[in-house]
Amino acid sequence: MTAASIDVAALRRDFPILAQQVNGHPLAYLDNAASSQRPLQVLDAVRHYYTHDHANIHRGVHTLSHRATDLYEGARETVRAFINAASVREIIFTRGTTEAINLVAFSFGQRLGPGDEILVTTMEHHSNIVPWQLLCERSGAVLRVAPINDAGELLFDEFVQLLGPRTRLVSVAHISNALGTVNPVKAMVAAARGRGIPVLLDGAQAIAHEAVDVRELDCDFYAFSGHKMCGPTGTGVLYGREAILRDMPPWQGGGDMILTVSFSGTTYNELPYRLEAGTPNIAGVVGLAAAIRYLTTLGMANIAAWEAQLLSYATAALVAIPGMKIVGTARHKAALVSFNVDGIHPHDLGTVLDQQGVAIRAGHHCAMPVMERFGLDGTARASFAFYNTTGEIDQLVAALRVAQRMFA
Amino acid sequence: MMSVPAPDLQNLYRHIVLEHSRHPRNQRRMEPHDREAEGHNPLCGDKIRVYTQLRDGNLADIAFEASGCAICIASASLMSETTKGQTDAAVRSLAGHFQHALTSGTGELPGDLAALMGVSQYPSRIRCATLPWKTLLAALDASADTVTTEQMSPSR
Repeated sequence: MTAASIDVAALRRDFPILAQQVNGHPLAYLDNAASSQRPLQVLDAVRHYYTHDHANIHRGVHTLSHRATDLYEGARETVRAFINAASVREIIFTRGTTEAINLVAFSFGQRLGPGDEILVTTMEHHSNIVPWQLLCERSGAVLRVAPINDAGELLFDEFVQLLGPRTRLVSVAHISNALGTVNPVKAMVAAARGRGIPVLLDGAQAIAHEAVDVRELDCDFYAFSGHKMCGPTGTGVLYGREAILRDMPPWQGGGDMILTVSFSGTTYNELPYRLEAGTPNIAGVVGLAAAIRYLTTLGMANIAAWEAQLLSYATAALVAIPGMKIVGTARHKAALVSFNVDGIHPHDLGTVLDQQGVAIRAGHHCAMPVMERFGLDGTARASFAFYNTTGEIDQLVAALRVAQRMFA
Repeated sequence: MMSVPAPDLQNLYRHIVLEHSRHPRNQRRMEPHDREAEGHNPLCGDKIRVYTQLRDGNLADIAFEASGCAICIASASLMSETTKGQTDAAVRSLAGHFQHALTSGTGELPGDLAALMGVSQYPSRIRCATLPWKTLLAALDASADTVTTEQMSPSR
């Protein structure tokens, strides 16, 4: 049960939520692509913050405000180091990936006009589609979509052909939440930036599963959520290359993002504060830093290695089930499996599995264009984290057999 | 460690429910028809179109086309059998009764509809069973808009 150098049995003790019975069975939590669970270290950090250090940040002269500010800005440095950004000025805290993408759409998006183009792919999450559709409505810009093949892989040549003279931004998933496909983002960024086109990577599904180095990727924006990486809900990050953030206008007005306010005019604060209006989720960000320390201690390479083992174990076990159809068979895949079982609707599968303690997602996974591409109403999806075990995959397979007997 | 007793799955997927989901009655496109409406459950992708033929205030004929889970299909099939030939008023009353029984988990449902009472123990599945009925009501009201489970039941 142990991979390279992570001890799954031991680290599961950090996650008390996993050690429970659900509907009379041990919980097998296989819905990590929707949201991961949190270790005690994160809960303790948040509790410690509220117990000892809380005050508002960036404005108090008193000791608690200094402490809270130090923790908040310390977390920014923790995030910077985790993704190897060049400067803390490039780290904007948000409520999550969705807000990070909306920030870019509202702020960077102001430079777009009629006929300008934004390029996404078929496999995007709705949160990387709808903000651009809204921007297109506001600006007259046009959304272009790079297609995928039957395995769920990007058609790279067609992607490159869609990089045109009017393309103002490429915004693509690092990893598809519905299919598990890992996109060739480094090559995609190189192709776009070679033509002077900035690139946003939606890292929601990648950040907790492999080491992310924004300078190696050379992307202009990288967005991710805290709650999918063992951090608190309501936290997220937008990384932005400083050269591009510097020219981006504020997108929300309020406290903290200003230097001076008068009714004859207001001057804005410097980066990153200019893009963070109002009192932020301080405790959440403190918890996010604790989550990053936890992941870093385990080692992202160790996490990736164990999850790769879980993926191959799960794939082999699932394809052995008669009537199993795996949706998303890219050569380079993250640790999630989307599937359908002949004669059983995914929603029914979800209920039958839940009654056996197995938590999966069923439905369109907020990626309806992907479902449309494959002619499906939805899929069942098992998604893994480093704390999952092969025993939980066995439990999933046994529960699927029960479902098949029921619906036979 | 907390243990929650599992509601019996056989209570959700009773024999009659599984049988109707495998062999739905009145699942066809009805031509001609005088009313129709479409319903969606955006959470799980259930889609249904209900067709009606009214004569002298009676539901002379009813049919549906659907893609959805076993609960949704079985509910539509059982609904079509139960409502065919009933008066408009009786259908509306039964729809209200059905919705209330499933959301409250109390009361009795007539005939084979009773097989769906088990759904009341599965809050995330109640919408699957009520979608056909909401769509039928929309058809009776000749509402032009697509109905969804979301806009019609904010509490669920």
